[in-house]
Amino acid sequence: MKNYKAPLSHLLNPGHSACAGCGMIIAYRLVLDAAGKDVIVTNATGCSEVTTTQYPMTSFKIPWIHGLFENPSAIASGIVAALKYRKDEKTKVIAIGGDGATFDIGLGLISGMWERNDDVLYVCFDNEAYQNTGYQSSGATPLDANTSTTPPGKKSLGSKQGKKDMVAIALAHHIPYVATTTTGYPLDIVAKVKKALSIKGSKYLQIYTPCVPGWGIEPKDTMNVSQLAVQSGYYPIIAFENGQLTAKMKIKKIPVEDFLKNQKRFKHLFKGERFKEEGRGEIPRIQALADENISKYQLT
Amino acid sequence: MKTILEGSMAIAETVNACKPGVVSAYPITPQTHIVEELAKLKADGDADFEYVLAESECAAASIVQGATAMGVRSYSATSSQGLLLMTEVLYNIAGMRLPLVLTDANRAVSAPINIWNDQQDVMVIRDAGWIMLFGETVQEVCDLHILAYKVSEKVLIPAMVNLDGFVLTHVVEPVDIPGAKEVKAYLPDYNFKERLDVNNPLTLGAFATPEYYFEIRQELHEDLVNSKKIISQEMRNFKKVFKRSLNLVEYYGDKNADTVIVAMGSVLGTIKEAVDELRKQGKKVGVLKIVSFRPFPEEEIIKALSKAKNIAVIDKSISLGTEGILATELRRILKKNIVSFVLGLGGRDITKEMIKKVFVSVKKEKLIFLGR
Repeated sequence: MKNYKAPLSHLLNPGHSACAGCGMIIAYRLVLDAAGKDVIVTNATGCSEVTTTQYPMTSFKIPWIHGLFENPSAIASGIVAALKYRKDEKTKVIAIGGDGATFDIGLGLISGMWERNDDVLYVCFDNEAYQNTGYQSSGATPLDANTSTTPPGKKSLGSKQGKKDMVAIALAHHIPYVATTTTGYPLDIVAKVKKALSIKGSKYLQIYTPCVPGWGIEPKDTMNVSQLAVQSGYYPIIAFENGQLTAKMKIKKIPVEDFLKNQKRFKHLFKGERFKEEGRGEIPRIQALADENISKYQLT
Repeated sequence: MKTILEGSMAIAETVNACKPGVVSAYPITPQTHIVEELAKLKADGDADFEYVLAESECAAASIVQGATAMGVRSYSATSSQGLLLMTEVLYNIAGMRLPLVLTDANRAVSAPINIWNDQQDVMVIRDAGWIMLFGETVQEVCDLHILAYKVSEKVLIPAMVNLDGFVLTHVVEPVDIPGAKEVKAYLPDYNFKERLDVNNPLTLGAFATPEYYFEIRQELHEDLVNSKKIISQEMRNFKKVFKRSLNLVEYYGDKNADTVIVAMGSVLGTIKEAVDELRKQGKKVGVLKIVSFRPFPEEEIIKALSKAKNIAVIDKSISLGTEGILATELRRILKKNIVSFVLGLGGRDITKEMIKKVFVSVKKEKLIFLGR
């Protein structure tokens, strides 16, 4: 009990309207507590915004601004410029966006911020679709996932495209810190936020945050399913400093099937004629993606 | 003291004298000389502001939005497609009641692509909740920038200063640019209370349900309407400090004119010359310049046009499918013969002869395109 913090002592308070078991809201609270109170947050439109700041209420005990879907990065750049003008070296800036805001609509503005190497930690809550608007496909949606705009059918197995490699895009900007983590490993989130905020310049932290209704899982499975993603090699937990891989989470290499099978968004892969006829159907293709990660980052 | 300067240089010098903390912009013709000059002032050590290179106008507007929310006076400039790309952010800035000054070098909108002057671009944000001011000369445009900061920071509504692209941005004129000390006597340091501050954490940009949204928007409308009084008051204060007058509207010509042109921007120079010549011929004509388009000075316009029988409104923009946009605004407040004249689209020259044609064509139709 010595680590217990009363609910209202966090920087993101209870009373928000996130779903039970929401991977994003858990991660958000961890990010803020790790950052501490001397931080200004800019937030994209999305679940992280609508669940926390319904006028006239707010869940935040830190200064927080929401502009639009695509621009938390550029607003953060303006804040950094204002801090520089005031010669304030103490206040940190964090920009927050979901995967739609990050991989898709806000990508150009993020690229600008990274090119300038503005002193901002950009945190992406990656739940692999536009979950806030009803589970539509985004650039982060993985191969074969069932979303409301990539429904499986007679002529479809779900999402035809694989996930955009946002980590590689971040690295291509030569920013000093790029890392992934997940709600399933809370201490890793805390450590990476602290590490990132100790570095000057642009930082990118991509947090894998299960979405209970979007993925079709039980609230109790949030931690478990994100751990399975990591332990199968499906979602590698890695960190780069100045372009060099400096940290990775070693895994048990469980079959990717164990991660896929309890999620409704992949359920169609386990049934029907195709699954029977082609042996395990699409599963080997997805296993190959995980294997690629395992060898690329030497996760075992 | 008067110096001979290009319009864009004069604006950059004026903005610098207003001591912004953050400047961000993306280059677009014909705004470029303004932001190039600001970059040079910074590079030469003649400016204190942070200059942030943006990768798009959407970013530039968002960057100054963030800086303004910090309580730091900020500036951006754009034109045409750039303003359109900013549109979403501009609505957001006004809705969040962030005081900011932006220059729009008015230019035609695609397609066809055209880099020359008209005033179609700015009409896209007519309903965004911004104060919108139009200058006739470089001097007036510069003075309006200083006024815009003062008013915007008082009423917490962003302000846009419009000037005709090329016609004013690239013209070289004698102009009196006040120094920073002189400006400070009129424009005190920016002190924005509802700002992002770790010692007083506020939430900005919350979402409002149907229970709250309606009144918040109504309040912005009412405050924009009421900002007219503050603008008027600040124009008087401006004259006391700088010895130059600024007005919401300005009438020129025969006080008992039966035919009056209404227009905005640099075309006023040509119209005034035509008015002078026609008056010499004994014609009872005049012209009303609209400086403040938002807030729209209804009472002042009604008063200035009380004796006019025929009103010719010159627009360098059009609400495609209806008529010139300023014409519609006048029709809303006046029960008189009003004809909408659309001139100068895409940089087409507006000559004195065309203005004289406007004065004689005012009884014919509701909408007249005058291309030559």
